Amino acid sequence: MTAVVTRPDRRAPRTRSGRVPWILVLPALVGLAFLVLPFAGLLVRAPWSTMVQRVTDPDVLAALWLSLSTATVATLLSLLFGVPLAWLLARTEFPGRRFVRALVTIPLVIPPVVGGVALLLVLGRNGLIGQYLDAWFGLTLPFTPAAVVIAQVFVAMPFLVISVEGALRGADRRYEEAAATLGASRVTVFTRVTLPMVLPGIGAGAILCWARALGEFGATITFAGNFPGTTQTMPLAVYMAMQRDPEAAIVLSLVLLLVSLAVLATLRERWVNA
Amino acid sequence: MLESTTRAPRTRRNVHGLTAVTAALALALTACSGGDADTDEGAGGEADGTAFSGELTVFAAASLTDVFEEIATSFEEENPEVEVTFNFAGSSELAQQINSGAPADVFAAANTETMDQVVEGEGLDSDWAAENGEDGRVFVTNNLQIAVPPDNPAGIEDLDDLAEDDVDVAFCAEEVPCGSATVTALEAADLDITPVTLEEDVRAVLTKVELGEVDAGLVYATDVISAGDRVEGLDFPESEEAINDYPIGVLSASGDPDLAAAWVEFVTTEGAPVLQDAGFGTP
Repeated sequence: MTAVVTRPDRRAPRTRSGRVPWILVLPALVGLAFLVLPFAGLLVRAPWSTMVQRVTDPDVLAALWLSLSTATVATLLSLLFGVPLAWLLARTEFPGRRFVRALVTIPLVIPPVVGGVALLLVLGRNGLIGQYLDAWFGLTLPFTPAAVVIAQVFVAMPFLVISVEGALRGADRRYEEAAATLGASRVTVFTRVTLPMVLPGIGAGAILCWARALGEFGATITFAGNFPGTTQTMPLAVYMAMQRDPEAAIVLSLVLLLVSLAVLATLRERWVNA
Repeated sequence: MLESTTRAPRTRRNVHGLTAVTAALALALTACSGGDADTDEGAGGEADGTAFSGELTVFAAASLTDVFEEIATSFEEENPEVEVTFNFAGSSELAQQINSGAPADVFAAANTETMDQVVEGEGLDSDWAAENGEDGRVFVTNNLQIAVPPDNPAGIEDLDDLAEDDVDVAFCAEEVPCGSATVTALEAADLDITPVTLEEDVRAVLTKVELGEVDAGLVYATDVISAGDRVEGLDFPESEEAINDYPIGVLSASGDPDLAAAWVEFVTTEGAPVLQDAGFGTP
């Protein structure tokens, strides 16, 4: 209801009936409760007395640092490759474009564990490409932090591509056309006109992408393995803790949740609502 | 909670629908008089071992899935009026279900710790336990093997070879049973090996070996056999120190302890070759 500001009469903030329609509010509240209650469950069961001691454990801090840094690198890489891909899908015509767009959403559909196996089959030591990386450059990706980043880019980049493509399609193309008629090249139009216009969309996409990368589990544990300090991100640490000490798993989950909520809230204010 | 396999918990058959159909069929075929096969429990059996009927629910460790299904087929052939239903899952999960009142006749666990939880919780059938052991009866064992890809690219021969710098190794994480067995075996061998990854379960280690992403991994002998030619298994002497015992027991909640006891007996006698073929050891 903050759309009010565009109205000349600021005292008429509501719709004509003057009431919030319950038919929308009730399901909205149910939806909100459904999303928030599990979080409340974590808070209730958390072992508050040993919280500080558990959170400052070097292994936990290492996992947290690994998670934050890999998710950030993964988001930057997704921006580097994902924004041009979104532009290609939204602004150009080529045969099979619909099919390519469907391909982009594959990582959204397949279970991440399958994605991890697929990455192993391609980039693993005996993989289609991986065997040459190993033979020519002595480079093996699995079980390294680089593999964590690759797994995260694979599952998270589609979120960025889809939201940037949506923003591009929603943007008014007349500005781009005007710039083009004034003699700007396509690259100039893209960097000077298109990009600034869809910046909020890119920001929202990047945030989604980062959040998805931060929570990534299946592809990571399959492709990158699990070793503390090297490839054990927070979600993996949570899963391992769950096997033996569910309380520790709750603590780790809360830490991950709070850190990501803090980051997301800050970024959202800055990027999306700017 | 030793899982050689990480299949999702599942029941072998859709219990009620199928049971009703089978029961109806059995009634029609044998023209047997007297009511609903679903409700009769403990129709006897003490007199002549063939008169068992009704439903038997077995909760068993996921690593027993294939062998128990095979054994159940023969058991049902010998006892046509019996319907064996399984719930396969991680042993500790099963123990929690049993202690929360899940209706089960028999529990077969992949380690003694989880059986102990059930003995202290729901409890075993007192008559059966008096004869067979208060903590259940250990019916098979499982031991670790070194799994290598078929061509064994790193030329692994024994556990010492895994400590070489240029050998990539995958272990189970210490949090899961195969991982604690690994730790025990390494301590016995007095070796300090840093793996490239600590996998979440034994199947994940096996996958990394199958794909050749690591040169070797420690898994259970039964996993090596179930993987067929995709991996090769090597015995090593220190695995003797890290053997998992699989206990089985008739539960106090069983509606037909005699039928349940007959199943346990069948598993340990007629079922023995099947278990042996799958790579399980004898206690």
